[in-house]
Amino acid sequence: MPGAETMPLLEVRGVAKRFGSVEALRGVDLRVHAAEVVALLGDNGAGKSTLIKTISGVHQPDSGEILVLGKAVAIPSPRAASALGIETVYQDLALCDNLTVVQNLFLGRELRRFSGWPLRWVPARRQMVERATEVVRQLGTTLPSLHSQIGTMSGGQRQAIAVARAMVWGSRLVILDEPTAALGVEQTANVRRVIRNLRASGLGVILITHNMQDAFALADRIVVMRQGRAITEMDPKVVTPDQVVGAITGGSAISMEP
Amino acid sequence: MSHSRPPATPSILARLGASRIAHGDLGFLPVVFGLVVIALVFYNLTPVFLTPRNASNLVLQLGPLTLLTMGMVLVLLIGEIDLSAGSVAGCAAVVLVVLLTRHGWPAIGAIPAALLFGCLAGLIQGSWVVFVRAPSFIVTLTGLLVFQGLQFLLLGEEVGALLIYDPFVKGIASTYMPHWLAWCLVGLTAIIALAAALTAPVRNARRLLRLLLFPLVAAAIVAVLNLYFGVPYLLLLVIAVALALTLLTEHSLFGVHLLAVGGNAEAARRAGINVSTVRIRVFALCSTLAALAGIVAASRQYSVDSATGGGNLVLDSIAAAVIGGTSLFGGRGRIVGGLLGAVVIGSVSNGLDLLGQPAHIKTIITGLILLAAVSVDMLARRRRISSGAAGA
Repeated sequence: MPGAETMPLLEVRGVAKRFGSVEALRGVDLRVHAAEVVALLGDNGAGKSTLIKTISGVHQPDSGEILVLGKAVAIPSPRAASALGIETVYQDLALCDNLTVVQNLFLGRELRRFSGWPLRWVPARRQMVERATEVVRQLGTTLPSLHSQIGTMSGGQRQAIAVARAMVWGSRLVILDEPTAALGVEQTANVRRVIRNLRASGLGVILITHNMQDAFALADRIVVMRQGRAITEMDPKVVTPDQVVGAITGGSAISMEP
Repeated sequence: MSHSRPPATPSILARLGASRIAHGDLGFLPVVFGLVVIALVFYNLTPVFLTPRNASNLVLQLGPLTLLTMGMVLVLLIGEIDLSAGSVAGCAAVVLVVLLTRHGWPAIGAIPAALLFGCLAGLIQGSWVVFVRAPSFIVTLTGLLVFQGLQFLLLGEEVGALLIYDPFVKGIASTYMPHWLAWCLVGLTAIIALAAALTAPVRNARRLLRLLLFPLVAAAIVAVLNLYFGVPYLLLLVIAVALALTLLTEHSLFGVHLLAVGGNAEAARRAGINVSTVRIRVFALCSTLAALAGIVAASRQYSVDSATGGGNLVLDSIAAAVIGGTSLFGGRGRIVGGLLGAVVIGSVSNGLDLLGQPAHIKTIITGLILLAAVSVDMLARRRRISSGAAGA
């Protein structure tokens, strides 16, 4: 586990966000280091989604600040988040079934061979295939072919493609929203391997999940949110799933904070 | 040879695409099969059907429909529809002839003006679809009515046809290239195919066979047409447009964006693609192609009237696109497919004309062919889905 002395990849300090009369976030603190998986748990309405959308540039915080590698940043749009190396994989994956793996990986940010019109529409196919091959190998996932359409692929493979899509751009932090929901046992194992490989590659990962097994299998730290706050931070090697559930539901919680 | 090589057979079959067919990816097999059946049936009923003269006629008849169909394929690829294409074609044709005949414009000014008119018609309709968020079905239905009305308005009080006198415009659909030039183009096709085969990074039997197909088909077409007047320049125009649009849809990044918008517009938007721009551009392109189809139709008739671009033309082009494997739900389809579909519809119509069948029989049979094409596609899709679950 990375020590507290290293600079966090991402630091959220006292971020608050209100929608009309609803206080979705009431001063959240969160830190994610490189090569670390942080599981973000909480009941529905605890503020997980709002927090994630604030980090990925969809929402703007009312107060508080977000620091990337120690520098305070503004994240006005998802584009800006990408530019800072923050990529989010939402539950619906946002993939095009009628496109190939490579086309999906580079969609909207294709590598081009030329810059002027109309030659800028010429794809730099070989470079894209090379980079795609590299990323897929790094993730340790197996796909039928980089050139086949993804419509026929399994849920686990599609999740892996969505993660690979986030990785192609050399991002530093990947946010995964319920990556194993609706997956079978084998597919879940596949996605877990992908997440471990992300960490092994030195990326920070925020894992939003309802799945206690995922949290305990993957996370270096478990952060529990309740009523718009990150109420506690737990070490999965020390606590039991029951204690985490207690924290989520508001029963007895054990604080691991120093 | 005493030793046999049993594994060779399945692998060659697989390389030639047999396994793809087994998985429900029929490609253009049904269309090509349909064309062969159509040719045989009509040849049996009237041997005139397979003469060079009729082939030459068919090529000229197909001009407007093929151009319109290719535009329709583009619009269907992004999951929209353009019902106005026929009216835009007719209206652009009238714009062309009014400028030529009434205002004495030269062809070099009138043709771009007619194309520009088509482009504007598409820009307006596309913008309406994008910014008002009205369904393209309704917006282009409005376009159908408005541009038809405009066509009548521009024709004015004049009863009957407005004639074309400009020799260039008249020549678009009625001049033929010299025989030697046609053969030179076949040679050029062969050289390009050979170069592509030699420089291909991955060589497999399927790809080589497909490359060989181009010069062979070209040679066959030229051989037949040269027995009559020769290859019409119109055919060259259609093939050039088809090549350009194939490059655009299958080999350019714009094509990828277009497919993405048709496959999952929300994913395309989140990936940073300007979905609105893509949509507007596609509508503009479709209407420009429709205008080109109108120009060709006018050139074939040597005149325009209130019926130019009317009738079943737009519905035929939608049918042709679907027969050629384009999905009505967006994201799937090819320009070549649309071309083949147009040939199916055109040759059935041509054959029935030769048999002296009335228009109502033609529309009934065209409808039945469309139904057959959609049914084959649905059955193949079911197969594709069931084999896709197995991880194909």
